[in-house]
Amino acid sequence: MVRLITHNLLACHAKGCTTNNFPLKLQDVVVEVREAEFNADFLRGFLPRIEWTALVNAAKELGDTSLPLEMPEMVDDEFLKNLHHVLLEIHVDEGAMVCPNCGHKYPIMNGIPNMLLAEHEIG
Amino acid sequence: MSRPELVAPPEIYYGDIEAKKYTNNTRVQQIQADMTYRALELLNLPQDEPAFLLDIGCGSGLSGEILDEEGYNWVGVDIAPSMLEVALEREVEGDLFLHDIGQGFGFRPGSFDGAISISVIQWLLNAETSHPTSSPPHRLTRFFTTLHSALRNPSRAVLQFYPTSDDQIQLITSIAQKAGFGGGVVVDYPNSKKAKKVFLCLFVGSGGAQQVPKGLDGEEVDGDSQAQFEKRREKFSSRGKNGRRKNIKDKDWILKKKELYRQRGKEGVPRDSKYTARKRRPVF
Repeated sequence: MVRLITHNLLACHAKGCTTNNFPLKLQDVVVEVREAEFNADFLRGFLPRIEWTALVNAAKELGDTSLPLEMPEMVDDEFLKNLHHVLLEIHVDEGAMVCPNCGHKYPIMNGIPNMLLAEHEIG
Repeated sequence: MSRPELVAPPEIYYGDIEAKKYTNNTRVQQIQADMTYRALELLNLPQDEPAFLLDIGCGSGLSGEILDEEGYNWVGVDIAPSMLEVALEREVEGDLFLHDIGQGFGFRPGSFDGAISISVIQWLLNAETSHPTSSPPHRLTRFFTTLHSALRNPSRAVLQFYPTSDDQIQLITSIAQKAGFGGGVVVDYPNSKKAKKVFLCLFVGSGGAQQVPKGLDGEEVDGDSQAQFEKRREKFSSRGKNGRRKNIKDKDWILKKKELYRQRGKEGVPRDSKYTARKRRPVF
């Protein structure tokens, strides 16, 4: 149940991995689309917190190209609908997230990513 | 009081059986729900604004269900896979992570509008290996510093926990302060042994404008969770105004007894008269 909204917030937290540790690369993903309740206010409030390029790229990896490359100045309903779909309705069920810097692999099983670190990786 | 955190580490203690037991126990459900509502109250989020919350130690989603009902988007982290499996079965809405909070979070700065945690951080107070990263102060420091950065400014984190001693509260609050948090401890029902609940109410930002809320005081509203012995004590205190116990053998009682004896056919039961149950005057 990793949605892109959380993927967009997640950076690698292994020891010494402080630069270039975001976004985590999605690998071998199995995607499921589940409908969620549309909430325009929530999306509007969340918009400033999104790393836009990371989101667009992640959506592309999952095969969704409905988002514009640049964050639009004007926020209209259709854009919000697309954003809602990408952020909250696409669930990654299986696969892995890989840190682009240290290469740590966070496997996703049953929709739950395993974020546990080995003893020597704890910061 | 039994202390599960002294038995085994959380991911082992909350195995398949314990996770099921925990989730299906209505008493646990009730307590968890009460504490979640109270934590949300202490979180003091702006009304009618959607928020993105972090549920630390979400377990089987007992608190997450309430966050769903209240219309919040949330992310839950827990270290026990069995508990998360139960949460999946219960189809909670939030994203779930298998995560050891003592290792720190990897969330980007300013990700969340608030964080709640119900009965979790006492688990951080036990060292499981002798490795330096497994010492409680180190784990607490990792936890609080990364939590602080993951929260938005201004926002709050409300963490309910069960401390065994004042030293533990001291340790936890001092590390939270070092991590940059403001705020302090809120104790609900401080005089009740059972209903007493300790909430760590932490603030991010807003320059001292936020005040630590007051703990609930006085009698607990819900009578069910009161201990048995307390009820018994209440009976003793139901005496008359002048402190003396009310005479229970009044006229009604005596008449009832006499009637009962007559029905049983006992001999020599005195007749009822105007003198029955009347107080004897002093002879002199």
